[in-house]
Amino acid sequence: MSLPLTIENLTVHYQKKPALWGVDLKLEAGQIVGIIGPNGAGKSTLIKAVMDLLPLSSGVIKVFDKSFSKNRKRIGYMPQRESIDWDFPVNVFDVVLMGRYGHLKWFQRPRSEDIEKTWSCIEKVKLTPFANRQISNLSGGQQQRVFLARALAQESDLYLMDEPFAAIDSATETATIELFRELKEQGKTIIVVHHDLATARRYFDSLLLLNKQVVAFGPTQEVFTGDRLQQTYGGKLTILEDQSIAASAEPSIG
Amino acid sequence: MSELLSWWAVAPWQTGQGGYFWALLMGFLVTASCGLVGNYLLVRRLSLMGDTISHSILPGLVLAFLWTGRRTSWVMFVGAVIAALVTVFLVDLIQKGSRIKQDAAMSVVFTVLFALGVLLVSIFAHQVDLDQDCVLYGEIAFVPLETLISVGGVSIGPPSVVRMGIVFLFTLVSVVLFNKELLLSSFDPGLSTSSGYSAQKIHLGLMAMVAIIVVSAFESVGAILVVAMLIFPGATASLITDRLNYIHVLTIIQSALSTLGGMYLALWLDTSIAASMVVVSMCLFALVWFFNPSYGLISTLVNRGVSKDKTLETE
Repeated sequence: MSLPLTIENLTVHYQKKPALWGVDLKLEAGQIVGIIGPNGAGKSTLIKAVMDLLPLSSGVIKVFDKSFSKNRKRIGYMPQRESIDWDFPVNVFDVVLMGRYGHLKWFQRPRSEDIEKTWSCIEKVKLTPFANRQISNLSGGQQQRVFLARALAQESDLYLMDEPFAAIDSATETATIELFRELKEQGKTIIVVHHDLATARRYFDSLLLLNKQVVAFGPTQEVFTGDRLQQTYGGKLTILEDQSIAASAEPSIG
Repeated sequence: MSELLSWWAVAPWQTGQGGYFWALLMGFLVTASCGLVGNYLLVRRLSLMGDTISHSILPGLVLAFLWTGRRTSWVMFVGAVIAALVTVFLVDLIQKGSRIKQDAAMSVVFTVLFALGVLLVSIFAHQVDLDQDCVLYGEIAFVPLETLISVGGVSIGPPSVVRMGIVFLFTLVSVVLFNKELLLSSFDPGLSTSSGYSAQKIHLGLMAMVAIIVVSAFESVGAILVVAMLIFPGATASLITDRLNYIHVLTIIQSALSTLGGMYLALWLDTSIAASMVVVSMCLFALVWFFNPSYGLISTLVNRGVSKDKTLETE
């Protein structure tokens, strides 16, 4: 079976500054993978590189053994919250329908199956009563679910989620991780850029520790260690955070 | 009373060749075309791009004119579109290749290109039939004075109106045909590109469209007022609705209202039609802004008191 994502010797530069260096990665299907690292570690850059949105300085990225452009329908995407213009004149339905565009051709109108799929994805994230709302008139958690529904509407096999857990309430966070696990059960692969070390251990099957280079990649139990994290964050982890790591690490030791 | 009625309903349609009908139609075609494409500038937060393109196409126009020697030539279109694409390219280059941000990059590029255009006009003044007032302000009132184009013996209208009509249809068809692509690439360029609709190509296409519309609108409204035609209809409409396609529909209505209102204002004050249209647009905008029930200034002020209590309750 083909791997959802393989990256060989990937290097990306922004102007002259390197953002990613010699990244190698082989990802198995059917898991939830967390990408963790400090600000400016190249987490979002990695996502964009996989989505063919950036020029690569070197390296090869394959999605299910093919180049991205040949397999775009199999990749779903959820952007970072900050990159969205919430005042844009679109409502919830419009945004979720956008997830179907990848299945359409130029000039092609959404078909009735696309409309149906859109409604079922809106239903899935429990936003049906809000379908006609402009997206700024929603709570943070609801806004988050709009983009989750859009990603679902893409019906992909590999999902790239850029900080889906940023600035949301705990109920939405729980619902989101449940949804990810459901997708995983269906054999899909979910890559999540994540910030919160305290929850990282519980959420992810594998972790990629990134700081411009791959510090470590593997099953969460093996990778999520104090030493590795200090190495990733360049010793900038405060003692407080260190304690939260220890706290979240403890239960599994026993 | 009958005097007022004749001024209101009869006079505008009698004077001159075909009366004000052609000027009115021209005003509507210009505003509606600008408004439709301007809606995308608005939602992409590129309003300044309208300004930028409308000024920086000047050297393209002049060079194309000097090359062909004719003002109505399609070469002028091509010259303007090339100048617009060069502008977009230069803005992009400065923005990505230096620490200058997009707004500053646009300001730098358009003023330099416009200055270049002004130099060209004044150097070749004896050859160029482009007068600087016309470039800046335009004049719709000249439209009825043009000789009508006729096809197979049937006269269809003044050449500038026919041309603008074609441009309007082209704009309308593009907005309908590329509706989904324009929406997605404006809202989420990343998803657009990764879904197979290159955001960059759509952006360039849109800018070329802006250039074509602006250069066609040039003679009527000039380089400065055209910016109002690009932004006002959409800005007014987006106070009323929050779906892009409804904004498009309201843009067409706003265009008709501001053209008609502008015409009467110009007639009443005996002044520039284009400038009057902008003043009427501003009045429409102000009316909608004050009195709109959902996003209006008055309802916002009234609701502010109410929602304060509500937030307290929910927290």
